[in-house]
Amino acid sequence: MKAMLAAFVAIVVIAFGANFILENAGFSTEDRASGADVRLNN
Amino acid sequence: MFRVLIAILLTLSLFSVANAQDAVEQVPRDRTKTGGAQTLEDIMARQRGEKVDNSFRSNATGDPNSAAGMANQLGTLGGTSDPELWRSLRFGSANVTSTYKGPTGTVLVQDGGMRWLTFRDGPLSKYGLYLLLGTFSLLALFYLIRGKIRIDGEKTGRTLVRFKAIERFGHWLLAGSFLLLGITGLLTLFGRKVLIPAFGHEIFSTLAVASKWVHNNVSWAFIAALVIIFAMWVLHNLPDRTDINWLLKGGGIFAKGHPPAKKFNAGQKLIFWSVIVLGTSISITGISLLFPFEINLFAATFEKLNSFGIPEAFGLSDFNASLAPQEEMQYAQLWHAIVSFVLMAIILAHIYIGSVGMEGAYDAMGTGDVEEQWAREHHSLWVEEVQAKQERLSSESATPAE
Repeated sequence: MKAMLAAFVAIVVIAFGANFILENAGFSTEDRASGADVRLNN
Repeated sequence: MFRVLIAILLTLSLFSVANAQDAVEQVPRDRTKTGGAQTLEDIMARQRGEKVDNSFRSNATGDPNSAAGMANQLGTLGGTSDPELWRSLRFGSANVTSTYKGPTGTVLVQDGGMRWLTFRDGPLSKYGLYLLLGTFSLLALFYLIRGKIRIDGEKTGRTLVRFKAIERFGHWLLAGSFLLLGITGLLTLFGRKVLIPAFGHEIFSTLAVASKWVHNNVSWAFIAALVIIFAMWVLHNLPDRTDINWLLKGGGIFAKGHPPAKKFNAGQKLIFWSVIVLGTSISITGISLLFPFEINLFAATFEKLNSFGIPEAFGLSDFNASLAPQEEMQYAQLWHAIVSFVLMAIILAHIYIGSVGMEGAYDAMGTGDVEEQWAREHHSLWVEEVQAKQERLSSESATPAE
């Protein structure tokens, strides 16, 4: 039972970790598709 | 076997859909009356769902070498008329430059979207649902006919360690993530059809955003768990002679008595390899969808299949190996969903037999310890191995070191 709970906790930890990494990995559409001469936020 | 057949059928159905678009009418049509443009018969044939060879349009994109002189009426167009320019955009042969850096920036027209949507909302959803409901019904029917598979002999009260903590961790990492991915995947696929009419746009919007977040991020746990279970169990899942006997006796499911099996019986090995092969396929297409247009799998695959003559072997014309970036993603999504449906059906059966379907089976993944009598009945060769090892260890520890 402990192994099962540990696995479920690991799923949550991995999910938040993956989200953090992906947010900062430079693969957003903005990062991939636009350049310095494109103003998206202002 | 039944599920394998379904898998093959589904695989072929994807190919036939992909191919239906490429099947080309062989008879050349006289288009002199329209000056080479499409005729009423072309339009009618398309409306009847027949495939019309589009090369008379896709190749009619002008000839700059025969451009009229600058002073001429058509001179400024450089030998290409407006309809010819639009055709080259439509068929992806125009030389387009764009300040948008993504690979889709230069694709102004692609016609795969409707085909994808029609297949996704039609056969994919329909047969996917039939497959899951069908599997569920068969399991329910099996339960009604066969009931719970009980431990035949008298329980000993002794237990054997079947799965260590790390093995159970790997299993539940895979199981937990797969359940989350399955549920959120189904929510995404059936959201518009089922959830919006049932709960309204507001609730579905929240649900869809949450589903996307969970699906995208939990996927990594699934991939990691797939690697873990492969590394831990691959040696135990290599086929051997005991599997033939086990399969011939149908695993003893319908008859009394159990065929001998090692740590994993042939049925479990089939589950293992299904999870590994289908799970890997789902993971690869999933990653290509997570990083849109970065990893293109299908044009290269279709090219290989064409070069091996696979479509010909099925009496089909070659697959279209020249795909727009969007079409790559469309095929990735369809394949991802089809293989997921097949794996979900297999896992439904696995969950059944590991829980309500068999007495004593859940303990293996719950506490890790199984009743010795259960082990003797379902994995007799494994019990012999474990007990021989225990005896060897105890005799070694009893012998004083020299």
